[in-house]
Amino acid sequence: MRNSFTAFIHKEILHIIRDPRTMLIALLIPVVQMVLFGFAISMEVNDVEVLAAAPEITPAVEAKVSQIAHNPYITFKGYIATEDVDRAIAANEAMAVVVFSRDYGRSGEAQVVVDASNPVTAQTSAGYLTQILNGTRSASAPGITILYNPQLKSAYNFVPGIMGLIFMLICAMLTSVSIVREKETGTMEILLVSPIRPVMIVIAKMIPYLMLSCIDLALILFISKYALALPLSGSLAALVVTSLVYIILALALGLFVSTIVDTQMAALLVSGMVFIIPVIMLSGMMFPIENMPLPLQWISNIVPARWYIPAMRKIMVEGLGFGYIYPELIVLSLMAIALIAVSVKRFKIRLQ
Amino acid sequence: MIGCAIHITNVSKAFGTVKALDGISLEVNRGEIYGLLGPDGAGKTTLFRILTTLLLPDSGSATVCGFDTVREYTDIRRAAGYMPGRFSLYPDLSVEENLEFFASLFGVKVSDNFDMVAPIYNQLAPFKTRKAGKLSGGMKQKLALCCALIHRPEILFLDEPTTGVDAVSRSEFWDILTHIRQSGMPIFVSTPYMDEASRCDRISLINSGRILETGTLDEILHRNSMPLLAVKGENNYHTLLALRKVEGVKTAFLSGEYIHVFTEEAFEPATLSAIEGVREVKVIAPDIEDVFIKIMGNGNS
Repeated sequence: MRNSFTAFIHKEILHIIRDPRTMLIALLIPVVQMVLFGFAISMEVNDVEVLAAAPEITPAVEAKVSQIAHNPYITFKGYIATEDVDRAIAANEAMAVVVFSRDYGRSGEAQVVVDASNPVTAQTSAGYLTQILNGTRSASAPGITILYNPQLKSAYNFVPGIMGLIFMLICAMLTSVSIVREKETGTMEILLVSPIRPVMIVIAKMIPYLMLSCIDLALILFISKYALALPLSGSLAALVVTSLVYIILALALGLFVSTIVDTQMAALLVSGMVFIIPVIMLSGMMFPIENMPLPLQWISNIVPARWYIPAMRKIMVEGLGFGYIYPELIVLSLMAIALIAVSVKRFKIRLQ
Repeated sequence: MIGCAIHITNVSKAFGTVKALDGISLEVNRGEIYGLLGPDGAGKTTLFRILTTLLLPDSGSATVCGFDTVREYTDIRRAAGYMPGRFSLYPDLSVEENLEFFASLFGVKVSDNFDMVAPIYNQLAPFKTRKAGKLSGGMKQKLALCCALIHRPEILFLDEPTTGVDAVSRSEFWDILTHIRQSGMPIFVSTPYMDEASRCDRISLINSGRILETGTLDEILHRNSMPLLAVKGENNYHTLLALRKVEGVKTAFLSGEYIHVFTEEAFEPATLSAIEGVREVKVIAPDIEDVFIKIMGNGNS
């Protein structure tokens, strides 16, 4: 006799396989995001267009300009007259202009004028130029050793963030929609008027999405290692355990949403607004939590990704293990247990 | 022996300020097809949901197969076969996948209980690999009935099973129900179609959450037998408006190509023939639809 529970899981898997949109969200989006963030979109600033302005081109100036022109991140566009500096920036002819004083190289100084309409690029460009200009005379400058990500690659930062985002998307959004769909189409009525226990309905709904998430986890790790060349030097066990806890937490969130809304559209909106956006804004994925106003820092504590993403960074980038991530793991586990308890309790055994 | 009964005692249910059910009492016996007839919004679905343990009554109580719908709901969920009002199968699963899923939901194998559904399922067999969402309306209802029967229930609840189905399929569907009834399984069925009353062993008329009449079709017709005039005019709409102004006319309503008119007892039919535009006046026996409209009119006044 086929068990009603396994029959339910089988049915759920058929729903997923037969819905191209679900398959698309579940399998294509992780790959696309990894590739986009890994290669195309990055916080690195490349091709900074730089002009130079000097009253006369002395050998000292020429030497410095040649250093600038050889920097891989900079595209040197030539010399302009000193009085043209403001106009050149305004006309978008360059991102930055290096202005040399008359007796540069002996006692004179150089000044960097930067277009800061985009502060991130401005800061980074100014940084590049300052480094080059100080280069030869930096006897007093501190020696900097960059650990974990010596080339400052964006991928190192983004991969854990994408993981936090994708599991939220697949687990919370897809599970909530799938449960609410049964309510909307009326099949939930028949399911309730059957001997299967409501808790079993819920668990059977979660298992296929759990399996899907595991496939995604493998996919992400594969791309990270072989396409983005992440070191992945930390404990694999810690990575998998933490991810599973986070996935279960996201599933519980999806279940929770399904207990408060009645239409698929509402489920989508709630999952999108309440779960996905905080992952991007408040998890430290894009913006450092330390720089947020205090109230936002407090709020960030209840965003699960705020605990998951740093833990993933420690494991994937810093190469650490359980010993360094247990605070995050404990917080995530407690959140998961609490949410499952609340959602199962809220899941209705009747229609009202 | 297969089959059990329903006892409903004074059940009421309100949604906010709307009284969906107002003191409903009725009994369904073993082995009978019991029809709940009433217009949309009469409270039929609410009553079905209370009996199938999906809703709690505000007051009153009901038992299905001897189990209380509130306290012993798990027993009812095991014993009842339920077909909700709208199509509630999985459109992305095939005909056989749907049937297999609902069988396993109740822990049975399709092959063990195939005799329950064989006469209906054999009509669906040519389409068994087709997705349920791609079936015609009548086919969908037959599949839904199979899914409700596959676990060999002791009682069958069908909420408007023939709504949105063509006349031929409706008739076929009722033939199937008559066949199932022979096993002794009681069938509690609701419908907005008055002509389906003749296919039920007993019926109740329901409107605005109240039972208006209960009995066999003949009993109800007999109790409400009174002269009914059928009037035909050149322009039925104008004639209808004119008839409603006539002294002694209680209710006048369109029914097919005639206007049916209930009147005071001492009313003289010839009065109507005199109205301008009236071509024909005859005395007929009221059918269940006429009775229903008459009773509904009384209830409102």
